[in-house]
Amino acid sequence: MGGTLFDKVWEAHVVRRAEGKPDLLYVDLHLVHEVTSPQAFESLRLAGRPVRRPDLTLATMDHNVPTGDDTPVDPLSEQQLATLRSNCEAFGVPLYATGSGREGIVHVIGPEQGFTQPGFTVVCGDSHTSTHGAFGALAFGIGTSEVEHVLATQTLPQRKPRSLRITFVGEPPAGIAAKDYVLAAIGRLGVDGGVGHVVEYAGLAIEALSMEGRMTICNMTIEGGARAGMIAPDETTFAYLEGRPAAPKGAAWERALDRWGALRTDDGAVFDRELEIDVSELLPQVTWGTNPGMVVPIDGEVPDPGSFDDPDDRVAAERALAYMALAPGTPIRDIRVDRVFIGSCTNSRIEDLRAAAAVVRGQHVHPSVRAMVVPGSAPVKLQAEAEGLDRIFLDAGFEWRRAGCSMCLGMNPDILAPGERCASTSNRNFEGRQGAGGRTHLVSPTVAAATAIAGHFTT
Amino acid sequence: MKAFRTVTSRAVVLDRPDVDTDQIIPKQFLRRIERTGFGEYLFFDWRKAPDFELNRQEGKILLAGRNFGCGSSREHAAWALQDYGFEAVVAPSYGDIFHQNSLKIGLLPVTLPAEQVKELMQRAADGEELTVDLEERSAGGFPFELDDFTRDCLLEGLDDVALTLRDDEQAIATFESAHPVPISTLAG
Repeated sequence: MGGTLFDKVWEAHVVRRAEGKPDLLYVDLHLVHEVTSPQAFESLRLAGRPVRRPDLTLATMDHNVPTGDDTPVDPLSEQQLATLRSNCEAFGVPLYATGSGREGIVHVIGPEQGFTQPGFTVVCGDSHTSTHGAFGALAFGIGTSEVEHVLATQTLPQRKPRSLRITFVGEPPAGIAAKDYVLAAIGRLGVDGGVGHVVEYAGLAIEALSMEGRMTICNMTIEGGARAGMIAPDETTFAYLEGRPAAPKGAAWERALDRWGALRTDDGAVFDRELEIDVSELLPQVTWGTNPGMVVPIDGEVPDPGSFDDPDDRVAAERALAYMALAPGTPIRDIRVDRVFIGSCTNSRIEDLRAAAAVVRGQHVHPSVRAMVVPGSAPVKLQAEAEGLDRIFLDAGFEWRRAGCSMCLGMNPDILAPGERCASTSNRNFEGRQGAGGRTHLVSPTVAAATAIAGHFTT
Repeated sequence: MKAFRTVTSRAVVLDRPDVDTDQIIPKQFLRRIERTGFGEYLFFDWRKAPDFELNRQEGKILLAGRNFGCGSSREHAAWALQDYGFEAVVAPSYGDIFHQNSLKIGLLPVTLPAEQVKELMQRAADGEELTVDLEERSAGGFPFELDDFTRDCLLEGLDDVALTLRDDEQAIATFESAHPVPISTLAG
């Protein structure tokens, strides 16, 4: 019996295994941002401990930074950003600070700069660290206590999760995006279906995806409850990585390719669970409720809470509809929006922006909609501008903003007003996620773009 | 980490599934750089409703629905619950990261089958005090599972950074010497 991709990466990183204790796993890449790190650095300082491997640690500023050209930083955020800067200086951690030209959302810049590599273990104090699994890395989010542990020891004690393979079969219809795959998968799995598991995404439909699409899928793994999602690296992966600043070069690149070629699940390897999703009749997906599992096809309608078998699900659906101000039976296409947000670590990469720009080219944002595009990193912004995408968005009436997490979580000035309804390419439609009282519907970049033009959900 | 042995208290019932960490502690409070003082912002938006569960009940034990603490990795959620006065949470399941975060700070996350949690919710609603005993591994009389190692760390309130540095320093150095990480440039 062979091993899974997950088994192989896990086993290659076990520093110490002892009866009754969690395995101690080595961490190859530790990504750091301003929000979840200050308390960890402070504990190191109090204990007089250094950062063990600053050379395997990379910090950026993303959650708090304003994305408007002249928007001031609020004092608390300013203090948090300054704290990150001084911590990075004191502990020797490289920082891709705002204005460096390399800054951006932590899960965009890791892959973009070639830090994220197949077979790595990657952690960050951020649940969307699962994104990096698109490269065949084992990547998962951690809390601040664990951030401290990694800073001090470059390791983490972990119990091995169970394994779940989600195989996407069939050929997708035109206009279906990776976002639709993953929303459909979460709809099937439920938001707790993946708890305690690491997911491997497989199947021809996955293999056909670009790295951007694969990142979108792995990114949202946490929304199905699993801490990490992985995709076996292949030629698409290697082509993406080759030549990126932190990727291996020359002979080291050749050696890396030899190692990476073995990073796949062996025939006959057994998963604890398997799930198959047929994408051949998939429609664009739109969430209607207050978690990402509350999702239906765009041709569908808002469900009746009474249609759910489980009493907890019924209560949750009733609460969600009250919060979202939606009536059961409302066709999704009839729902009007006030705002459109294209961005976030889920969908802010160049391919996402190209897909959205292709939809809006020559059209104009609906007069009652305010729409914004927030590139995932400074390099994505530059590339988009070089391709003229910024002009397409600006001419259509979108705001074209600087890189950051922006309205995905509203920790910065980009937020929804109470009651505003937003079509968003981000990853969470939790109550208040994009601003207290705001109502979020998760969609793909093309649906977000088309919805901005029409003023209601459409393709 | 705060050591945990046992707690006997009234319990607060929050019978909703999939309570995410954005609700437990909304993002506007994550800009603080301290570990303490988050309790007053616990469930900030939900507490605006007078009939919200936490406005009507008091206790050191929180009885919650399945998948409690899902979503964002923010340890601030566990800090806020602990700072507010909770010492243990009892639920059918948890978001993985929240579960881990809670164990790291000594906020005991007890996992029991859904029907047992519902029964405890009923008993709590009837005014009964519950006991969560880590040494015995029981909550409200129901046995729960937690491995010996994790239990011992909690009972002693051990700092696991110190533990790893004490026990595994050599293993880490040995591993590192045989495990080059091929990152070309991480400087400047």
